[in-house]
Amino acid sequence: MQAISFNVDSDSAIKLHNVTAGYERNIVFSDLSLEITSGQFAGIVGPTASGKSTLLKIILGTHPVMSGAIHLSTRSIEKAPPRTIGYVPQLDSVDWSFPITVEEVITMGLHDSGRIWPWPSRAERNRVNELASRLGVYDCLRQHIANISGGERQRAFLARALINNPRLLVLDEPTSGVDIKTQHEVLHLLGDLNSEGITVLLTTHDLNAVASHLPWVICFNKGIVAQGRPYDIFTNEILTKTYGGDIVIVKYDGHFLIANSTPLHFRDRHP
Amino acid sequence: MIAFLVEPLDYEFFRRGLLAALMIGTLCGLIGVFVVLRGMSYIGHGLSHAAIGGAVVGITLNLNFYVGACAMGLLATLLINRVTQNNQIKLDAAIGLVTTAMFALGVAIISKLRHFRQNFEAALFGNILGISDQDLIMIGGITTITLVTIFFIYKPLLFLTFDHDAARVFGIKTGLVQIIFSFLLTFSVIASLNVVGVTMVAATLIAPAMTARMLTNSFSRVIVYSMIIGAMTGIVGMYLSYIFNVASGTTIVLFGTILFCLSLLISALRKNMRPIKF
Repeated sequence: MQAISFNVDSDSAIKLHNVTAGYERNIVFSDLSLEITSGQFAGIVGPTASGKSTLLKIILGTHPVMSGAIHLSTRSIEKAPPRTIGYVPQLDSVDWSFPITVEEVITMGLHDSGRIWPWPSRAERNRVNELASRLGVYDCLRQHIANISGGERQRAFLARALINNPRLLVLDEPTSGVDIKTQHEVLHLLGDLNSEGITVLLTTHDLNAVASHLPWVICFNKGIVAQGRPYDIFTNEILTKTYGGDIVIVKYDGHFLIANSTPLHFRDRHP
Repeated sequence: MIAFLVEPLDYEFFRRGLLAALMIGTLCGLIGVFVVLRGMSYIGHGLSHAAIGGAVVGITLNLNFYVGACAMGLLATLLINRVTQNNQIKLDAAIGLVTTAMFALGVAIISKLRHFRQNFEAALFGNILGISDQDLIMIGGITTITLVTIFFIYKPLLFLTFDHDAARVFGIKTGLVQIIFSFLLTFSVIASLNVVGVTMVAATLIAPAMTARMLTNSFSRVIVYSMIIGAMTGIVGMYLSYIFNVASGTTIVLFGTILFCLSLLISALRKNMRPIKF
């Protein structure tokens, strides 16, 4: 698949060079080259089974590549994933009945702090409190993870990812399963973190959220279809090529509205 | 009342049994939390059967009961880990096949050599009367090793149990932690065999953890509560066994189940007593 690239240079936070990945005999994508620059705030969009999750897994170091090379900052991934990555999993995969408080979830990120005692030190507790205050989950530190709102859950897992001061933050579908207000809150928070110098890479299905919040988008379907600013690449041609379906894009005053299928009455009025 | 509690302590077999039940209760309470939360409740049942198969093979080869049981238990653990590694076979199916095959081997040997029958029944339902010094040392050793090891791997084990995929990203050697835990679990099941018997090991492992889960939403508290409940279940179960003159495994499991029912009741009452928010 031919990649349409707009502009990527300067220091790279993630660099994939001719990477081929897949599962046993099933190759998901081949000879993929991708560069995410330091300080970038980028989203990967694409249909289900397009290889987004596999791409994320190889960046995180939890899935091996068949060939090619991956570099994170100045280090290449070989066996163990580097600790400079903060990771927020898809919250749909979390077992909400697990007996664990918000404080315990955040503290989990400190597992390799070098302290042998199972409980956190005073300094670690202060760090947890400070981060929880900053992300607005201080009041629910003692609560069970199932007893807080969707936005608070997302922020609790974000706090776990941020506890080690990572340079790169990777999030798997942070906008799924939450309402529009929470989506905005989460993406604004990620924007704030990005403005502090953290490189943010996320996957999402929500094109409208991406269009209104993210400065850089990668359209992905078994390879990079296009990457660049949403305003430049959210075109009928690219989105149809990415999703293989009929997609309507309404642009007005710098804003987007993207519909994944054309309503009949809209087609009649705008043939 | 005190005389009632002290009287059985005059008997050495009871003192030994009580100490063994206390240690096994604490051990199972600790390991059981991870077993329940990882959805492996059937593993205790399976491993105990594999261990019995191994014990019989060991005795046939003139080896110690525990040598054969440990060898077969560890082999079962490794095979289960290997079979489920590529996600094509589910954990419950692997446990069912591997451990039952090993148990079947033991039964086949017993059928051939009839003189095993009596020991075999003791292993099935627990034989607290037959706890020897060697058994106590073995149970004490396994309990100590497990407590110390869990203390050191608590943080990665909690992470792995809660969020396996993220644990790898956060740099946890998930394969190593998994193997260490599997070995601890196998040793714990084997240590429990003489006290509660093959048929009761699964419930002894999971009942304290289930009860503790109903009482708190904090992981660290679940661990502490489960160990206390496990120890209490072991002691009370032993006294009930003495009073009613029935197998210790049955009284330990039945008392554990009663505590779980009580915890369900307490949990339901707590929910009803919460102030209504308008």
